[in-house]
Amino acid sequence: MQQVKPIDTSDNDPAHYLIALKNVSKRFPGVLALDNCQIDLLPGEVHALMGENGAGKSTLMKILSGVYQKDAGEILVDGRAVEIDGPRAAQALGIGIIHQELNLMHHLSAAQNIFIGREPRGRFGVFLDEATLNRQAAEIFARMRLELDPRTLISELTVAKQQMVEIAKALSFHSRVLIMDEPTAALNNTEIDELFRIIRELQAQGVGIIYISHKMDELRRISNRVTVMRDGKYIATVPTESTPIDTIIAMMVGRQLEGAKPVAVASATNEVVLEVRGLNRGNAIRDVSFQLRKGEILGFAGLMGAGRTEVARAIFGADAIDAGEIYIHGGRAFIKSPADAVAHGIGYLSEDRKHFGLATGLDVKTNIVMASMQRFRKQGLFLDQAAMRDTAQQYVKQLSIKTPSIDQPARLLSGGNQQKIVIAKWLLRDCDILFFDEPTRGIDIGAKSEIYKLLNALAEQGKAIVMISSELPEVLRMSHRVLIMCEGRITGELSAAEATQEKIMQLATQHSAVATAIAH
Amino acid sequence: MTPHPNPLPQTNLTMTPDTPSSAAVTGLAGWRARLFNPSTRQKLLAFTSLLVLLVFFSIANDNFLQVDNLVSILQSTAVNGVLAIACTFVIITAGIDLSVGTMMTFCAVMAGVALTYLGLPIYFGIVAAIFFGALCGWTSGILIAKLKIPPFIATLGMMMLLKGLSLVISGTKPIYFNDTPSFSMISQDSLIGDLLPALPIPNAVLILFLVAIAAGILLNKTVFGRYTFALGSNEEALRLSGVKVDFWKITVYTISGAICGIAGLLIASRLNSAQPALGQGYELDAIAAVVIGGTSLSGGTGTILGTIIGAFIMSVLINGLRIMSVAQEWQTVVTGVIIILAVYMDILRRRRQ
Repeated sequence: MQQVKPIDTSDNDPAHYLIALKNVSKRFPGVLALDNCQIDLLPGEVHALMGENGAGKSTLMKILSGVYQKDAGEILVDGRAVEIDGPRAAQALGIGIIHQELNLMHHLSAAQNIFIGREPRGRFGVFLDEATLNRQAAEIFARMRLELDPRTLISELTVAKQQMVEIAKALSFHSRVLIMDEPTAALNNTEIDELFRIIRELQAQGVGIIYISHKMDELRRISNRVTVMRDGKYIATVPTESTPIDTIIAMMVGRQLEGAKPVAVASATNEVVLEVRGLNRGNAIRDVSFQLRKGEILGFAGLMGAGRTEVARAIFGADAIDAGEIYIHGGRAFIKSPADAVAHGIGYLSEDRKHFGLATGLDVKTNIVMASMQRFRKQGLFLDQAAMRDTAQQYVKQLSIKTPSIDQPARLLSGGNQQKIVIAKWLLRDCDILFFDEPTRGIDIGAKSEIYKLLNALAEQGKAIVMISSELPEVLRMSHRVLIMCEGRITGELSAAEATQEKIMQLATQHSAVATAIAH
Repeated sequence: MTPHPNPLPQTNLTMTPDTPSSAAVTGLAGWRARLFNPSTRQKLLAFTSLLVLLVFFSIANDNFLQVDNLVSILQSTAVNGVLAIACTFVIITAGIDLSVGTMMTFCAVMAGVALTYLGLPIYFGIVAAIFFGALCGWTSGILIAKLKIPPFIATLGMMMLLKGLSLVISGTKPIYFNDTPSFSMISQDSLIGDLLPALPIPNAVLILFLVAIAAGILLNKTVFGRYTFALGSNEEALRLSGVKVDFWKITVYTISGAICGIAGLLIASRLNSAQPALGQGYELDAIAAVVIGGTSLSGGTGTILGTIIGAFIMSVLINGLRIMSVAQEWQTVVTGVIIILAVYMDILRRRRQ
């Protein structure tokens, strides 16, 4: 293995640090996103920034790169205090960021993307000097020791090479600090090696890199130090080499559970209502098989991009599958579209309610009866308004949806109540298999426990529930059984009794190629 | 802690371009790669369709290849061609401009105001048409970029507004250019014909090609062109790169408007009058020509050459059907089918990508 170059961190002279963030706080409406956070970076260092989803890593980096402005705290560059009031200011200070979603123009070439907004100009200052443009891009590629024709269109590049172009773009601003937000999320192992080679190349040139990742195995290969954040707070900074992975995981998940675990109901012997065998879809879903029983809440844990939503969408018929069989109540079901899925009694509650779950401009009652309009038909084409109102009223009461009336537009309701409307919609449609994708995202704490109660009540009534959640405490609190996914595969199954945050985190980061190495 | 074993071999990998067409390709293999590249294929498809139409109509009817008829095809392509070029800029930014037709008429009326109402010299008429075109385009640009009105709605409003203004200013009557005899020469004389009597190509067509060449340079060689493509490809990425997105978007609509002004001059010169009721419907022919020419309505791609070929396909089709005595009603039906096919091709192309 290529050794991670040791970095002398005993030096406390602030002028030697490329950057240092101190006591940075940031408040968004209703949430304290960052509470006294800190991180610093030495020249030639790779500093990993770790934490669960929502720990505040991205917010902190957006402050450093000028996307957000801090409410309190200090940013030092080369020991001098600076204000970073926008992306341009960050660029001028030599701070470049490569966002997780790449920001490239696919119809333009690599070189054109790198220098967009700063094109070398020829005659009269309006004509483009393509030769210089391509030469300058080639120089940056040469510095990265990357063989890539600057004239290649972005749309012809793999995601990995698109990322290289983003790195080249960041370097073209003479960046001395590079922030990479989950750069390996979409890369295969060969591509990760190539990325790491380039990172080492830059390190040797004195560039400092802040590296956000969820993948434990990458830490050892690339980083000098690790800073852990949790719930918007700074936890600790430790040298990677001398810190066991278990310690880092413990720092990441450290929070205690509120409330006790659910009593695992006797669902283990219940009828299997949904069985999935050998589900495959490209690299997103690889050989996924599982059973779901009546009255059960099956938790799907994993990191973002592990393939959990993809599995739900595939079963729901929203995406085509390459292979796999689905059995419902023991019979083979052929689901080609969401309409087929609904006909089989499957409901899917998207993580993005506003886009996929609700017609936010329409009122509560219309949203509730939306999927069951046919039932309210009378005399052919007309709708039985009275029956619709009665039914909507009934569900508002049953699920205690807080709304002044059923004529209230859905968008005026809180997140928790919107979620209940979506639940009502699927219940009315007689769905007995329900996929909840991040059911409490964007919902405040009080409303969360109401949603939990509702999920438990539904399970008790005999509904079969799959709950996809990135919040480990939520998974542990709600699930009768937990499946853990990583890179499109199911990497483990834990019963409610066995499941702990540490075990789930281990399985969620168990990448195929290094799975054995991690276990030691 | 034992050193972490790494199961992956450390090799110094180098990257190679993904497709042969991306590198500097030369020779036969290069040509083949370029030939099968999707954007080239679309251009070839449009060009082949045009050739097929030409061959078909010349076999079907002897009169089709008569010089008079060919000149008439060229003449009728000029106005739609220039309007389509104006639309190409906007459509590459993933926008749309429904007002080009009535904007053209408005510019013609403004030329009439300058020349006939005010009796100014001909150059003032030319400047007036182009200036008011640019002003209208600038207004659309402000509505879209600053007030964030969707292009479809903003330009729909402009379309009706300009139609109304043309009627108000002209008092709903045509404005004739009888006092400025040289005005009709803009479109109808033939500078080329004076030099080469065998080629009586009207000036309108010469102007179309000059506008096309200028637009091609603007689109492919200037910073403005680069941002036009970038706007349609990924506006957010362009914004994050620190480019003044609003300014460039307004500039695109302004230049598009100025080109509509040129179209206004062409049509007014051909009819020797500004017809205030004319114009509505031209925008659809123009958009159709752009789409047939391979410019994607979803933005980011497009060529002026494709647009010109698209404009010729439209006018050859109409001319050929007319010569074959197909009824006017059916000509319209066929045009409709062609537009639907062209847009469907666009969708197929995007799905493949």
